[in-house]
Amino acid sequence: MTQPVDHSLQDPPKLPFEPLIQRNAVITEQPWVRWLLIATALIFLAGFLLLPLVAVFVEALRNGLGTYVEAVKDPDALSAIKLTLVVAAIAVPLNMLFGVAAAWAVTKHQFRGKQFLITLIDLPFSVSPVVSGLIYVLIFGAQGYLGPWMSDHDFKVIFAIPGIVLATIFVTFPFVARELIPLMQEQGTDDEQAALSLGASGWQTFTRVTLPNIKWGLLYGVLLCNARAMGEFGAVSVVSGHIRGMTNTMPLHVEILYNEYNFAAAFAVASLLALLALLTLVLKSYLEWRLGDELSATRKH
Amino acid sequence: MTSLTLSDPRPSPPLKTRRVMPGFGLTMGITLVYLSLIVLIPLAGVFFKASGLGWDGFWHAISTPRVFNALKLSFGAAFFAAVFNAVFGLLVAWVFVRYEFFGKRVLDAAIDLPFALPTAVAGIALTALYSGNGWIGQFLEPLGIKVAFTPIGVVVALMFIGLPFVVRTVQPVLEEAEKELEEAAAVLGATRFQTAVRVILPTIAPSLLTGFALAFARGVGEYGSVIFIAGNLPMVSEIAPLLIIIKLEEFDYRGATAVAAAMLIISFVMLLAINLLQGWSRKK
Repeated sequence: MTQPVDHSLQDPPKLPFEPLIQRNAVITEQPWVRWLLIATALIFLAGFLLLPLVAVFVEALRNGLGTYVEAVKDPDALSAIKLTLVVAAIAVPLNMLFGVAAAWAVTKHQFRGKQFLITLIDLPFSVSPVVSGLIYVLIFGAQGYLGPWMSDHDFKVIFAIPGIVLATIFVTFPFVARELIPLMQEQGTDDEQAALSLGASGWQTFTRVTLPNIKWGLLYGVLLCNARAMGEFGAVSVVSGHIRGMTNTMPLHVEILYNEYNFAAAFAVASLLALLALLTLVLKSYLEWRLGDELSATRKH
Repeated sequence: MTSLTLSDPRPSPPLKTRRVMPGFGLTMGITLVYLSLIVLIPLAGVFFKASGLGWDGFWHAISTPRVFNALKLSFGAAFFAAVFNAVFGLLVAWVFVRYEFFGKRVLDAAIDLPFALPTAVAGIALTALYSGNGWIGQFLEPLGIKVAFTPIGVVVALMFIGLPFVVRTVQPVLEEAEKELEEAAAVLGATRFQTAVRVILPTIAPSLLTGFALAFARGVGEYGSVIFIAGNLPMVSEIAPLLIIIKLEEFDYRGATAVAAAMLIISFVMLLAINLLQGWSRKK
């Protein structure tokens, strides 16, 4: 059986001659300037961005694959990997729910002080990661505001997993909201109005109309949020207490190994995080492409 | 005269029956509660604690030479790194927007590597490259340039961290810039260089300034990528966030809080100033 030919996918008929390419010479630079600028930028990016990435993998494999596998399969490394995954699995969904709620409140309604609220949501980005950890120590630490009450009730936050989760939530707080707010602003409320006037409930409108409209933007925010959550170092370092096999996340484990001059193992664990970063970049490029569709689809009507 | 009102060409006002979107109370409630519990109340705690020191106590805690040097290094290194990034970020954004070359799309994606790569990984990788026997360090050492374990190392780490901020804020503005203006300048007899400085640069200046500010703000607070390469010599290459951690480990909560409050205040004031500057340059 032959497939029916879809004519819409075929190339348009060729012209008998190539169209003239007009380079507007007045608004571009002379070739030597162009090549100089491109070459400078490429050398800079290669030396400055790519070389560190390459260095991670070269250093990780310096003593052979055996050492690499050993470093990754070390019980402390495995528990660090597990803790990192657990923390991200708690922090990311919470921030996702918050991000969607905040974006809905900010973009689908009018109220005074909206811009101020958006600024407050962005606030954690301008706070040093170390300060992000410190604020929870001041509250839950032994000398903190809630410290005595917590020790009475035998409940630990600082130097325990809840503190790590809290600090991670703080530093990844704005990611989802910040991606969704411009997108949902652009999309307006017309689609939702239509659904509501046709008798859909608020929840139906959200799940059947809004969510499909924002899904790529949402995934994009979640992706960035997750990358930061798994890689956060400063904030987590303050609250974790660095107890091996207990409160050590992957980045903290890298630090411990490095400070013990166990460079090959440090770079081995680091290479796992670098792979995560690369995966994030690939997915991000894909989502940006889909997100472009999402935006242009809403701009059409 | 009634016919005039009947044929009024103005569009009819929106229907009064326009529905109000549901869920405001619920989503706003979630937003405010979560924001307060996670961000606002804990942050306010720092200022509350710092105000407990009193003005004298606060000043006493941050006016020691060690704290002063750490703050100076954090802000100074972040400033130099941001200046460097403004120059090279602009170059990279320009090359990406205006020229075509092999591998552009992959490199464009790679710009975000410093966002995606955990800071501790960046830190140890940069240290490996720039230490005396590293790939880059071995060429700089004979020239008498020591990067790792000196303040220069701090600047290098912050340059790595801050680059995407400048590129990603300048790039979209450059893409939208009207080429007609450049044509007009050329027709009126400007050289290409004059056009670049007098026509293109003013258009992108606000975004460049924003990128600079974002890179600077991130650099001031940066910790993970810096501590490995800095060497952390007190008074020389010790950054303010590290000093906070050291004070915490010594159970000097008041000292740590004072440094944190000082950092927060200076950061907020500078972000505010830059916002005003930007609003002013937009109006012009």
